[in-house]
Amino acid sequence: MTLPATGSTSPARAHRNRWARSGRWSGWLWVVPALVMYVVFVVRPLTLTFQYSLYDWNGIGVARWAGLDNYLTVFTDSDLLKIIGNAFVLIIFFSFIPVGVGLLVASLVRRMATGLFGTAVRTILFLPQVIPLVAAGIAWSWLLSSSGVVNQVLRAVGLGGLARPWLGDFDTALPSVGMIGAWVSLGLCTILLITGIGKIDPSLYEAARMDGAGPVREFVAVTLPGLRREIGVCLTVTVIAALASFDIVYISTSGGPGYQTTVPGLEIYRLAFAQRQVGLASALAIVLMALVLLCVLPIQRLTREEKG
Amino acid sequence: MRRYARKLHAGRPALVLAPLMAATLAITACSAPGADPVTEDDGDTEVSTELGSDPITLEMYAETGFPLAKALADEFSNQYPNVTFNVREDQFTVIVENAPRVLAGDNAPDIIRLPTMIDLVSDGLLKNLDPYFDAYGWDSFPASQLEQLRIADDGTRGSGSLYGMGLGYSVTGVFYNKELAEQVGMTEPPVTIAEFEELLAAAKDAGIQPIMQFNQDTAGINFPHQALQNQYGDPQEIADWIFQKEGATFDTPAALKATQTIEKWAQAGYFPADANAIDYTAMMGQFQEGNGLFMFNGDWESGNLDSNMPGEVGFFLFPGETADASHVAMSAPNTFGVGAKAKNPDAAAFFLNWVHTNEKAREISVQVGGSSPGGPADLEVPTAAEGTVLAQTLAASGQLAEENGAVDFTANATGSIFASAITPELQKLIVGEQTPEGYVQAVQAQYEEELSR
Repeated sequence: MTLPATGSTSPARAHRNRWARSGRWSGWLWVVPALVMYVVFVVRPLTLTFQYSLYDWNGIGVARWAGLDNYLTVFTDSDLLKIIGNAFVLIIFFSFIPVGVGLLVASLVRRMATGLFGTAVRTILFLPQVIPLVAAGIAWSWLLSSSGVVNQVLRAVGLGGLARPWLGDFDTALPSVGMIGAWVSLGLCTILLITGIGKIDPSLYEAARMDGAGPVREFVAVTLPGLRREIGVCLTVTVIAALASFDIVYISTSGGPGYQTTVPGLEIYRLAFAQRQVGLASALAIVLMALVLLCVLPIQRLTREEKG
Repeated sequence: MRRYARKLHAGRPALVLAPLMAATLAITACSAPGADPVTEDDGDTEVSTELGSDPITLEMYAETGFPLAKALADEFSNQYPNVTFNVREDQFTVIVENAPRVLAGDNAPDIIRLPTMIDLVSDGLLKNLDPYFDAYGWDSFPASQLEQLRIADDGTRGSGSLYGMGLGYSVTGVFYNKELAEQVGMTEPPVTIAEFEELLAAAKDAGIQPIMQFNQDTAGINFPHQALQNQYGDPQEIADWIFQKEGATFDTPAALKATQTIEKWAQAGYFPADANAIDYTAMMGQFQEGNGLFMFNGDWESGNLDSNMPGEVGFFLFPGETADASHVAMSAPNTFGVGAKAKNPDAAAFFLNWVHTNEKAREISVQVGGSSPGGPADLEVPTAAEGTVLAQTLAASGQLAEENGAVDFTANATGSIFASAITPELQKLIVGEQTPEGYVQAVQAQYEEELSR
C-alpha cells in the first residue's frame, strides 16, 4: 500500500489540502492498477457467480431463469444441509483444537525453550504448514489406511481392537479428516502465538508473579489477554480453512463414505463440473461465502482491541 | 503499524464492494449466461473417405492408464506418415468433467474419449457420424455393437444417429485366483448364482477373502450389483433405464433383489471389511498379491493379469439363476467420438474406420487393450495365446455376442448418477447405513432429478 509521505512539520490538514488542490482524481491514479486487478479477478467472478446462482444452467447451453429456486434447494435439501453441517464439525478440528493446543505449546515453549531447542520446536511445528495440502492428504491416507502406521502401532501395543480403516469408517471418517486439518493448522497457530507471547511485556509476568500468581493464573491473566489479536488471526484463518476446505477432503476420502466427509467446497466442485448444475453450485458458493462472513465477522469483533 | 492494521480491519468493504458489484452486474447481467444453441447437426453434410497426403495433426483426448489409444495412434502414424497425433491424457473422471468445455472451445479435439454422450449431443458438441456410417459401410458391423453409441432426436440412447465408435469393446465378468479356487474345491466355474454363493461361503470358511472389490472414491461393488440385477430381471429393463427411455425406473424387483443380495454378502463378510477404504489401484494390488478368490472386473485388465500373474488367473461370465440361463454382462465400447468443432473430422473418421478394419490395428486392440476389436462381423478376431486370461475374456466376449447378452453399465445412465448416487449409497449400504429399499429409491431419485433439468 502506497501512502503519501507525511512531512514531520506539516500538519495532516495541510497535507490533505495539497492533494485536493492538485486534483481529486490524481489519487485514483495510484489505485487504478490495483483496482483493475481487483475488479477483474475478484469483483467480476463474484458478480458472475451471483448471477449464475439465479439461473438453471449446465455451463454450455442456454440458461433458464430460476430466481431464488437454487437457494431454496440449498436450504431444504437434506444432503446439502448435512454437507454444510460437516463443515461446521470441521471447525472444531481445524480451529479450536489447533488454537487450544497452540496456546498450550506456546506458553510451555515460552517458559523453557530458548536457543537451539526453541528453534527446533518451532521448525518442527511449522513444517506441516509448508507441505502442500495434497501431499499431506496423500501421506495421511496412507498412515490411516487399514494396514497403515496408525493401525500398526495400535496392534503393536495390544489395541488391535481399535484398528480400523479410519478414513473408510462411517464413524471415524470425519474426525480423521479433521485431525489431518488440525495437524496442518497447528503449526501456523503455534508460531503466531509464540511470536505474540514474545511481544508481551515481561514486566507483566513479573508483576503477576510478585502478586503470587501460579502458572495457570498467569496464563489466564497475562498471556490470554495479551494474545487476543493473535488468537483472532488464528481463528479467522482456520475457520475459513475449515468452511472452505477442499484439498484434504478431496484427496483423502473424496467425500465418502456416503456423504460422511463431503464438505461444501467439494460439493460445489461436484455440482458445477460433474453434475453440471452451475446455478445450484453458484448458489451454494454464495451461501458458503455468507456463512464464512457470518462466522468470521464476530470473531473479528470479539478479538479486536478495545478502543484506547 | 498497529494503527494501519486497525484501519484495515475497521474498513467497510461492503461500501466499496457494493457499487463495484452493481457496476459489473450492469455490464454482464443484461444477458443470460450460455451460448446460443448450436445449429443442429442433422448429418446431411458431405464427407470424404480419402485421407490424402497433406500433413495432418489429429488432436486426441484420451484416458490415462489405458495405453491402447496411444498405441493405435502410433501405428496409424507408421502406416500414414502424413498424420501425426497430438495426444492429451487425463483420468476418466477428469475427462467427464472437462469434455463439455474442451469440446466447446476453439481447439476442440478431433478424437475424444467420451463419457455419457447425451448431454454433449443435446448441446451440439459432437459430430453426427451417420454420413461416415454410410460412406464406410459400417452396416457390415453387427448392429448391436454400435447400439449404445446411438442417440435419438428425443435424447434417448440406444437408437438414432451414431455419435461414437469403440476403440475396443470391453466385457466384464469375474476373475478368479486359480490357486485359491483349488483350495475351496472349485474345479469348474460356477454355473448358477447359488453355486457361486456356495463358493463364497466355502472361501469364507477357509479364511480366504471371497471377493476382492474396491468401493472407495467410486463404487466397485456396483459391478457385482449389476451382475446380479442383470440376472434377476429382464436386461431390457436395465437397458431402457440406462438409455433414458420414457417411464423407465430403477425401482424394480430385480434391482431390489440384487441390492438385498449385496447387503447379505456384505453382512456375511464376502467383501473386504474395509471395502470403503479400498480404491481401484489397491484392489488390483491386493488381488495380485493373492488376497481374494474372486474379483469383478473387465477384460481391460487381462493383459495386466497375464503379465503379473501368468497362468494363475481365470475368468468367467457371471452365471444366471439356473444353469441354462443365458449370460448377460456389462459390456461397453471404449467410446471415442469426434468433436463438432473438430478441424479434421474426415481424418478422425478415417482413423476410427481403420481401427476396426486394419489387421494390425485389430491385433493391437486385442494385445494392448485386451478387448474385442469389434468391426465387421466377417472379420476374424485375432487370437491370444492359449491358457491366458486374455484368451478367456476374448472367448467370453464372443459368447456374449452370440447370446446377445451385452448391456451397458448402470453407472453410465446419466452424467453423475455414479458419483452422486450409486457410489455414496452403496458405501452406506454395505455398512448397514442404508436399506436395500432406500438404495433403489435414492438412485432413482437422483436419476429423475438429473433428467428433469
